[in-house]
Amino acid sequence: MRVPLRWLSEYVDLVLDPEELARRLTTAGVEVGEIIAAGDWQNIVVGEVVKLDKHPNADRLTLPTVDIGGGEQRQVVCGAPNIAVGQKIAYAAVGARLIDGHSGEPTVLRKAKIRGVESQGMVCSEKELGLGEAHEGILVLSAEASVGTPLSDVLGDTVFDFDLTPNRPDLFSVLGIAREVAALTGQKVRDPSIQYEEKGAAAKGRAKVTIADPDLCPRYVGAIIDGVKIGTSPDWMQECLTAAGLRPINNIVDITNYVMLEMGQPLHAFDYDRLARHHIIVRRAEAGEKMELIDGSKHTFTNEMLMIADAERSVAVAGVMGGFDSEVTDDTKTVLLEAANFNGPNIRRTSQALKARTDASTRFEKGLSEHLPPIAAARAVKLMVDHAGGRAAKGIIDEHPGKAKEGRVTVTMERLIRVLGMEPSTARIREILSGLGFGARWMPPDRFVVRVPYWRTDVSIADDVIEEIARIEGYDQLPTSQLRGQIPELVPQPRRDLRERVRDALANAGMQEIITYSLTDMESLQKVLPKGELAVTPPLRVSNPLSRQWEYARTTLRHALLDTLASNLRGDQSLISLFEMGRVYLPREDDLPNEAEMAVGVVSGREPDRWGRPTGDAAGFYAAKSRLAHVFSALRLTADYREATDSAYLPGRTAEVFVGGARVGLIGEVHPQVAERFDIGREVAMFEVDLDALLPHVSEVVHFQPVSPYPAVEEDLAIVVAEDVPAARALELIRASNLVANVSVFDVYSGDPIAAGKKSLAFAISYQAEGKTLSDADVAKERRRIVERLQRELAAELRA
Amino acid sequence: MPPDADVQQLEASALEELGAATDIAALEEWRVAYLGRKGRLTGLLRGLASLSIEERRTVGSAANELKQRLEEAHAARRRTVEEARVERVIVGERRDVTLPGPPLPRGRLHPITQTMRDIVSSLSGMGFQVAEGPEIEWDRYNFEALRIPPDHPARDMWDTLWIDYEMDGRHPMLLRTHTSPNQVRVMEQREPPIRIIVPGKCYRFEATDATHEWMLTQVEGLAVDEGISLTDLKGTLAEFARQMFGRDRKVGFRCDYFPFVEPGMECRIDCFICRGDGCRTCHRSGWIEILGAGMVHPEILANAGYDTERYTGFAFGMGVERIAMLRYGVDDIRHFYSNDLRFLRQF
Ligand SMILES: [Zn+2]
Repeated sequence: MRVPLRWLSEYVDLVLDPEELARRLTTAGVEVGEIIAAGDWQNIVVGEVVKLDKHPNADRLTLPTVDIGGGEQRQVVCGAPNIAVGQKIAYAAVGARLIDGHSGEPTVLRKAKIRGVESQGMVCSEKELGLGEAHEGILVLSAEASVGTPLSDVLGDTVFDFDLTPNRPDLFSVLGIAREVAALTGQKVRDPSIQYEEKGAAAKGRAKVTIADPDLCPRYVGAIIDGVKIGTSPDWMQECLTAAGLRPINNIVDITNYVMLEMGQPLHAFDYDRLARHHIIVRRAEAGEKMELIDGSKHTFTNEMLMIADAERSVAVAGVMGGFDSEVTDDTKTVLLEAANFNGPNIRRTSQALKARTDASTRFEKGLSEHLPPIAAARAVKLMVDHAGGRAAKGIIDEHPGKAKEGRVTVTMERLIRVLGMEPSTARIREILSGLGFGARWMPPDRFVVRVPYWRTDVSIADDVIEEIARIEGYDQLPTSQLRGQIPELVPQPRRDLRERVRDALANAGMQEIITYSLTDMESLQKVLPKGELAVTPPLRVSNPLSRQWEYARTTLRHALLDTLASNLRGDQSLISLFEMGRVYLPREDDLPNEAEMAVGVVSGREPDRWGRPTGDAAGFYAAKSRLAHVFSALRLTADYREATDSAYLPGRTAEVFVGGARVGLIGEVHPQVAERFDIGREVAMFEVDLDALLPHVSEVVHFQPVSPYPAVEEDLAIVVAEDVPAARALELIRASNLVANVSVFDVYSGDPIAAGKKSLAFAISYQAEGKTLSDADVAKERRRIVERLQRELAAELRA
Repeated sequence: MPPDADVQQLEASALEELGAATDIAALEEWRVAYLGRKGRLTGLLRGLASLSIEERRTVGSAANELKQRLEEAHAARRRTVEEARVERVIVGERRDVTLPGPPLPRGRLHPITQTMRDIVSSLSGMGFQVAEGPEIEWDRYNFEALRIPPDHPARDMWDTLWIDYEMDGRHPMLLRTHTSPNQVRVMEQREPPIRIIVPGKCYRFEATDATHEWMLTQVEGLAVDEGISLTDLKGTLAEFARQMFGRDRKVGFRCDYFPFVEPGMECRIDCFICRGDGCRTCHRSGWIEILGAGMVHPEILANAGYDTERYTGFAFGMGVERIAMLRYGVDDIRHFYSNDLRFLRQF
């Protein structure tokens, strides 16, 4: 919402400089997003078009000659269709600073040839001058503007562009802003005049208003103005509209727009003679009903949409836009002016469905006051009488089935202290509230009864009034304190604790954390999931995706890790290891999805040498496994790995991961065909852990085991077994011994002199007893038992 | 051979071997061989059992004196060896201290994780506990329970990504636009006093540019108890802002609107660039907004079944990306989720 300060100052004296005023307003919740110092124009003057030639090389361009005062003339090249001889226009000389009409960026005007003809400066549009968005045509100035005057003397003004909040429809008006300014600076508001003489015939009987759907239209005011002469509106009004970003059209339309901007009440002017039987019917649309609107767009309506109809057909979409057939034209003699109140949510729904968010609909949707229509109607009638030569009919038509009651709110000092934590003086409270137009009556011993002004539709409870006091006083003026109460009992968060521990463990294992988008596309999922899986359990889809790239809620993190890896490959063999802790969204019937917590990592490249160069082993299965093992070690968990297959992984180098008997994840080398889909041409190993599956097996409590005072006996043991015997099987058999405190594999070897199809496994075993020092004989006996077990179970041979 | 001779012979060979030991490992081997539990001196003493009491006394005391001499000789030799080693290093085995050690793998947490942890840790210190909730939510929790009914104009403040799932002609399921719905979930389950923070991802139907992302991370805070007022909210936020951005920061508040709080406010810190004078970065206001907050609307407390005469509360919410951008001077929010290692490895 753009408010020119010159216009604002008609309703309130501006006693602060613009910057300070903007700060005060912003602090009070009325945010000035931008201060536009329109008028800071240099090398731009009022010019008059004295001659208009055709461009020799382009049909759509013209060559106006502009009188720029002092007896000088300039010929420029112009593309605007609305340029005409006799117009006063804004002429920018070379060197002028303008806004580029296409890019919207500031630019400096240079000498240029356009299609072979030199342009000595240019004629500016509103957009180029930074006055608005209009760029289709040039800005036409008042005929009274004198040629050669700097443009800043004619149009110069400071404009506040407000970022308003949706709870304050009253602020979408210059008068509303003036009320805020008055309250903040201790000034008085000057209400605009709504006095006029009723010289026409009585309105009653000449038009009828029927509200068929009062749930959507609590009030409809119709006023009739006869004998209007359509023409241009006064210069001051055009300047106000232009500075506020609207384009002047004709006096009647300009007046409706002017009053909307001034008071916040959208109005609509119908051509009285084009309304069948002069009967306005406010009703829901018939399903499938069609109409062409003022902007030329054609729409089909549903029966949830509210229409303004005459006796025969719809003539406007209520609160959104007027119809083409009933709008005011140059021949209009009598105007029926609409000032109505509509149901906000309904208007919002309609304007969204029609993709027609207008100045009217954005105001109505926020919930305007039912008391505003007759006031705004009177204001517009007065302006039409004054500036369109109209005669106001006697009386107005006012259908008002809504009848909102006047708001009264009781505010106790006890509540005030409870919410604000402090107590302003009753005098100060009264001052603030009356400054804002509230009536505040003190009811001894402890409360105010507050009458809410009609325009403040947002105030309905005591806390709303308390906010008014606090924001005008200034939140910064209130004291500060710290929470004192009892700290609530701790609610354990095991899921989060686990996630953060795993996160730390992976980072400690040298992996870089990444965070990727939760949404993805079907192609990405197809790249990493088994064929058919997506058809069986389709992922959740977003019905209004920002782009096809972000259409589905991911059910895996594989693609995200591989994508990120691919985008970070730099053509060398440097080791890259990445992980992400994130959720996947597994659909459930008629319920929110299961948001499973995953930890997924990838590692690729060569391990660094002494100097950090990537010359070591290519990171494969074991590189991923050592990182995952780091996690289990940090969690003090033991994991089992069982060979498995999965479409994304390379067979023979893939395992399922089990903890406490439960499957918690997968690990393996990514299938080369899958890697290729991500343009990754090198080995990648990956692991995925489902933290929710892991959670039940994680214990926070560590049970201390006494350290044995008896020395351990360390021994090596080498056996030969068939190639396909997993080491874990042998380890399990060795560990079954009570005297084995620890065992680990330290060598795997196949080849000469080991027979084909066999391999040698070497174990480092640590024997230890709980209650005594083991003798050589004790160890020998236990070793024999272990070897026998290995021979029996695995057909192992002892290696010499 | 008389036992005395044994002692003498042992001493001679021990000292000879000791003289030959030139490093710490050899010295230790020598110590085990002569003075250890199974060493030769112990063996000699064990052999005493076969001698007469007289001989035993003589030889025993000679052996004990020998043990003392050998220990002294060992200590002296050890000093010599160590000094020689130090000498060797100084002369010929220096390290070029400017060379690197062998590389150890280095992993880092994402800057958003790091910032999130700092936020959580700051607020945990004030008694706030983490309570997490779903990212895909019902409209009921994300909007309606927060006083944002369907077709409410405030819905424009949170452009929404809807899940393609229809019920009664509407889309009831969405990607949560803020972490506030979990406030409602927690209040449904717990009684005051409540002090929680809700960290997590949120999503907006929003075109991406240097300051806007469609996926963002938020932390929401909620405190409900007897006697909580706006001054407590100000104090909590001011303390938080100073912990995050430095003790010398100025913290300011302005009125703002969120449907679920009344009064509502925005918390700001003085601009990093101009320190409050006004510049481009702060849109000439001198302030940089860091979060939105307010007193929980009594209707929301009442919906949770709380006695609104007895309990009041405050809530606040902030974007973690924004905080991280301000702390690290990151100029474009899109860096965070593009996951370029050249960016991530800086944190
Ligand atoms: Zn600044």
